[in-house]
Amino acid sequence: MGRGGARDGAAAAPPWHSLPDEVLEHAFSFLPAAADRGAAAAVCHGWLGAERRSRRRLAVANCYAAAPRDAVDRFPSVRAAEVKGKPHFADFGLVPPAWGAEAAPWVAAAADGWPLLEELSFKRMVVTDECLEMIASSFRNFQVLRLVSCEGFSTAGLAAITEGCRNLRELDLQENYIEDCSSHWLSYFPESFTSLETLNFSCLEGEVNFAVLERLVSRCRNLKTLKLNNAIPLDKVASLLRKAPQLVELGTGKFSAEYHSDLFAKLEAAFAGCKSLRRLSGAWDAVPDYLPAFYCVCEGLTSLNLSYATVRGPELIKFISRCKNLQQLWVMDLIEDHGLAVVAGSCSKLQELRVFPSDPFGAGQVLLTERGLVDVSASCPMLESVLYFCGQMTNEALITIAKNRPNFTCFRLCILEPRTPDYVTRESLDAGFSAIVESCKGLRRLSVSGLLTDLVFKSIGANGNCLEMLSIAFAGNSDLGLHYILSGCKTLKKLEIRDCPFGNKPLLANAAKLETMRSLWMSSCSLTLGACRQLAEKMPRLTVEIMNDPGRTCPVESLPDDSPVETLYVYRTIAGPRSDTPDYVQIV
Amino acid sequence: MAAAMSYVHADVENLKATELRLGLPGVEESDKMPSPPSTPRAGTKRALAGEHREVEPKAAPPAAKAQVVGWPPVRSYRKSCFQQASSKTKEAAPAPVVVKQEEAAVAAAPPAAAAAGGSLYVKVSMDGAPYLRKIDLKMYKGYRELREALEAMFLGFSGDAGSVNPSDFAVTYEDKDGDLMLVGDVPFGMFMSTCKRMRIMKGSEARGLGSSKE
Repeated sequence: MGRGGARDGAAAAPPWHSLPDEVLEHAFSFLPAAADRGAAAAVCHGWLGAERRSRRRLAVANCYAAAPRDAVDRFPSVRAAEVKGKPHFADFGLVPPAWGAEAAPWVAAAADGWPLLEELSFKRMVVTDECLEMIASSFRNFQVLRLVSCEGFSTAGLAAITEGCRNLRELDLQENYIEDCSSHWLSYFPESFTSLETLNFSCLEGEVNFAVLERLVSRCRNLKTLKLNNAIPLDKVASLLRKAPQLVELGTGKFSAEYHSDLFAKLEAAFAGCKSLRRLSGAWDAVPDYLPAFYCVCEGLTSLNLSYATVRGPELIKFISRCKNLQQLWVMDLIEDHGLAVVAGSCSKLQELRVFPSDPFGAGQVLLTERGLVDVSASCPMLESVLYFCGQMTNEALITIAKNRPNFTCFRLCILEPRTPDYVTRESLDAGFSAIVESCKGLRRLSVSGLLTDLVFKSIGANGNCLEMLSIAFAGNSDLGLHYILSGCKTLKKLEIRDCPFGNKPLLANAAKLETMRSLWMSSCSLTLGACRQLAEKMPRLTVEIMNDPGRTCPVESLPDDSPVETLYVYRTIAGPRSDTPDYVQIV
Repeated sequence: MAAAMSYVHADVENLKATELRLGLPGVEESDKMPSPPSTPRAGTKRALAGEHREVEPKAAPPAAKAQVVGWPPVRSYRKSCFQQASSKTKEAAPAPVVVKQEEAAVAAAPPAAAAAGGSLYVKVSMDGAPYLRKIDLKMYKGYRELREALEAMFLGFSGDAGSVNPSDFAVTYEDKDGDLMLVGDVPFGMFMSTCKRMRIMKGSEARGLGSSKE
């Protein structure tokens, strides 16, 4: 610390611990990562104050972890906020409606305390038209609205945004359920409005006024991202592209029509003009004959999302094989093993691969097996993130994949039928998944599936030293499995479990661990109410939520300790128990 | 006494193994502990079930898989897109797929609409209306359009349009099992294949059930 000379020299620079706030704040502005800022804030009160006053970006990973007012008070200079609501398994229908996660309290608190707010992002939350109206009227420099997997609003709310946000740069709507009230929301952008850079309305079901859209696209010269919905016909896509050749990201919408050579020529010419196009997506009930229209942009593409595309066959594969610079590929399993083999040979820069099931409940007529994943992991040296749905797997394949790709950071394998063993040896897939965690030392996210015993969890607990998120379904044979996870996995943040024979003991034995995690979800396991009560009593800074059948609403206080608990959702919070629980959720 | 009890127990189990159903044997609804389809459920077959051997599953995977809630983990948003996509794929699919489905004599999952082609007319009744209507479910791409069509069709029966309050109505349907279900819970394709008739409920029965979510 103080060197002898500088300490008592009157003309020397002030000691570091009495630097003025402005200097500290300036220094902290070089720490964009929230974790680093959090660490800086923990040094001393002076730094705490300087850091929190100058924080510009705030990410609230669980909307119930803190009260909106407290968050706004603590960080008064926030310009960009992201809030996430429902647990991840809500995506798969495991959370009944009206569970909570309302955006309204956050919007209200922000309107009060962050008048200079520029960006707002909500994920898995209930956003109402009133919220959108409040956003439009409360922040005079509002620029970015991102809504992902949200619900509760309509095109009337969108109209409030387009009308009221004069400086809007990004309107990004991803996979929301939007009630369609009218198509005029787009018309509310004033004629003088030109600042739009991102417009994504791909999840909107209704029509939009094409003439209005075309004029908007023409005058917004900075438009980089345009993702259309399924209501825009193919020839209109071509004319939009001619108006916006500077596009970097395009979502084509439905992209289907009967083949007409003049329409093909139009499309080909339009794409030829898009020299900056890097990211392509769309629903693509595509007639394969149109795919060659894209050939001129293939070389430049870094991201291709065909995960809603039902196109298949040699044209699809030929198209993808021309995308030599692809870093991110999302497809349906219609690509099949031989298609992935071609991808492996052509896309050497691939970093992320997601393969979705085209027929999740069907008879498995698609020829996608473990072979495809083995090929890609063998030939794509930069591959680090995988989401793969398939019907069968072997330990040998997983061991090979693990050996080829120790650089995985995200490995999510979903074998469609629960508890499926290695189809060659009929053994569990313990060995395969163990190989993955042992080899991939930087693994942050893992989803396991197939037939698995407690042993795989022993391996995960021991080797998953960077693991932050773990998803488990239909696996394990006893309490030990859960105990291995909770007593290991030092950096675990989110744990979600369904249909596993895990009971009370490991939960109670590792109660303290839960406070180091963001949240724990356990559904259809072997928990009883008594353990949940004990957990809640032992850990006051956790909220312990129980979910019953929506039909059954007897108060939880009246139930005995040995009542089974269908769903448990536990999360750490500094806000105390929430007050907006529906009938079927009870906080013990 | 104990022997008699165990005989009764065995009898009940036996009944289940030999019960006549449209689905494949070995596939059950209450799937807390599903076993993989490729391993035959040897334990549930008794020697007495020999006469039913011809309906035992063949090497091909059973088409009517019991559907577990939220599995596979595909986003609800994506699932509804897939239902429509997969019904199209089935229409375009080569012959072998269709043949296998006929072999399996499936009653459940695959959307009937895809295999049949043509139309899917169901009766629609509304509480208090003097007569029923029929609609072709295949005319509608999703729940929103269906709802609009129903509102247009039955508006006349509720007096003037302004007094119609959506929360006073619940659109329900009778599914294959004869149960009364609320429209809107399952992906539209699945709804189309299981809906036998529809009923628009009014008044106190419906209050609170009607949802404008879709």
